[in-house]
Amino acid sequence: MDFLNYAFMQRALVSALLVGITAPAVGIYLVQRRQALMGDGIGHVAMTGVGLGFLLSTSPVWMATAVAVLGSVLMELIRWYGKTRGDIALAMLFYGGMAGGVMLINLAGGSNANLSSYLFGSLSTVSQPEMTAICVLAAFVLLVTLGLRRQLFAVSQDEEFARVTGLPVRALNLLTAVTAAVTVTVAMRVVGLLLVSALMVVPVAAAQQLSRSFTATFAIAVAIGVTVTVSGTITSYYQYVPPGATIVLLTIGAFLVLTALATPLARRRARAAAAARPAGDPAECSIPATRGATDEVGV
Amino acid sequence: MGEPVISMRGVTAELGSRPVLRGIDLTVHRGEVVALLGANGSGKSTAIRSVIGQVPVSGGEIELFGAPRRRFRDWARVGYVPQRTTAAGGVPATVTEIVSAGRLSRTRFGLFRKADHAAVHRALELVGMADRAKDSVNALSGGQHQRVLIARALVAEPELLIMDEPMAGVDLASQEVLARTLREQVAAGTTVLLVLHELGPLEPLIDRAVVLRDGCVLHDGPPPKAVGQHALPGHDHVHPHDASGAEPIRTGLLS
Repeated sequence: MDFLNYAFMQRALVSALLVGITAPAVGIYLVQRRQALMGDGIGHVAMTGVGLGFLLSTSPVWMATAVAVLGSVLMELIRWYGKTRGDIALAMLFYGGMAGGVMLINLAGGSNANLSSYLFGSLSTVSQPEMTAICVLAAFVLLVTLGLRRQLFAVSQDEEFARVTGLPVRALNLLTAVTAAVTVTVAMRVVGLLLVSALMVVPVAAAQQLSRSFTATFAIAVAIGVTVTVSGTITSYYQYVPPGATIVLLTIGAFLVLTALATPLARRRARAAAAARPAGDPAECSIPATRGATDEVGV
Repeated sequence: MGEPVISMRGVTAELGSRPVLRGIDLTVHRGEVVALLGANGSGKSTAIRSVIGQVPVSGGEIELFGAPRRRFRDWARVGYVPQRTTAAGGVPATVTEIVSAGRLSRTRFGLFRKADHAAVHRALELVGMADRAKDSVNALSGGQHQRVLIARALVAEPELLIMDEPMAGVDLASQEVLARTLREQVAAGTTVLLVLHELGPLEPLIDRAVVLRDGCVLHDGPPPKAVGQHALPGHDHVHPHDASGAEPIRTGLLS
């Protein structure tokens, strides 16, 4: 445990831990809304923020947060009003954001090393002010994802019904988008902008292999997130491998293991459910309520 | 007759550039059970979705409980059962979790108290799904899923129930449960507006039928009475003298 003596490793572990908690906590709502790749899009847009931070010599983390939040609000607006051409507009936003970031970093005289530390993470170089920023942002993400879990669940599950229960659906959608943007910048230093989405989506997908409820999926996904980020960070310390890539590969490994374990589990559950059904109860089947044109009897 | 709960006057709506509602007048009074009937594309779903604000209205007025719909905020009084879609959320959810979402309109900041948990349990008992409370909704049949959606609408104890084709794709056992649940709600004074493809097992409950065709009201009055064998649920008029293979002529209002 000698790594705990180094300040850079302490910062790295705390950042990794916070990302392990926050990324799946937001990701679960994105997966529920079937917008699993939204985190990826925000990551691309955030690149422009990093570039601006370099150009203006301000903190890339805060600048990336500002731009990612703006970008996510814009994405939400495109989703409302875009309708048919929405996906094209989103594509332009994503790639424009990435290209803009690369261009700005170049203009600021930055090197490829700077660029890749944001694209793929650079956990061991997290500074004290960045650490503070990550803590503040993570606290915001947890406040939203846990405090408003019932509202966010309702909106993500069935937007139309949520509106009829009087929930402020647009405000909640915007809040989800903004929270996702904040999470992206929290995770930026740990796994990098290009791999952020993996930590939001894969732990949730892995947790689903075991769970039947939203609450359990949430808890298991966060547990997986924390396990892979912390163990990935420690592995990278001993093995000199890039932590971001290690964490993402570990997450996918967790998904594969859980999927392999879950298949016999699901079968056993199905058998138990069949056995629990009383003997006289016929297997449920759907009977058409009316006769259709194809039912007519010829004469 | 009670005061109007829903009142639509000259409501028009377009989807894209195609007019779907062309001046609908419809009033539902307190305690009434009104069925909206009509062929596919006649505008019945659009009509009720305009009432709950899901479809932008291009003209006319809609009032809910006497208030203009745009200013209506008292959504706990309205229970909505959408047309059941096969699309579920991307994350598993239990029956209890889905039904709890319907209770949010009665809670403050989404905090559940004892009474709210009890209401969820009661709503599940009403539709006979209390024993499946902890099951994933993905494991349910179509009819059971529909019962969960109705429990979700009932859990806020609404005064007005709006249902879009509640019987579509529902097995017979669930149809009976749904008809019984609805009967209990109506007996307790709930007002109901529902879209139906045909009257079916709900026929005895219905006070008034409104038939739409091409976005206009064609008939507004007592439900068309069928007699004898014609009264059997799902009955269609079949004329066997037609050339074989021809689409049977359906003379009923519901065809």
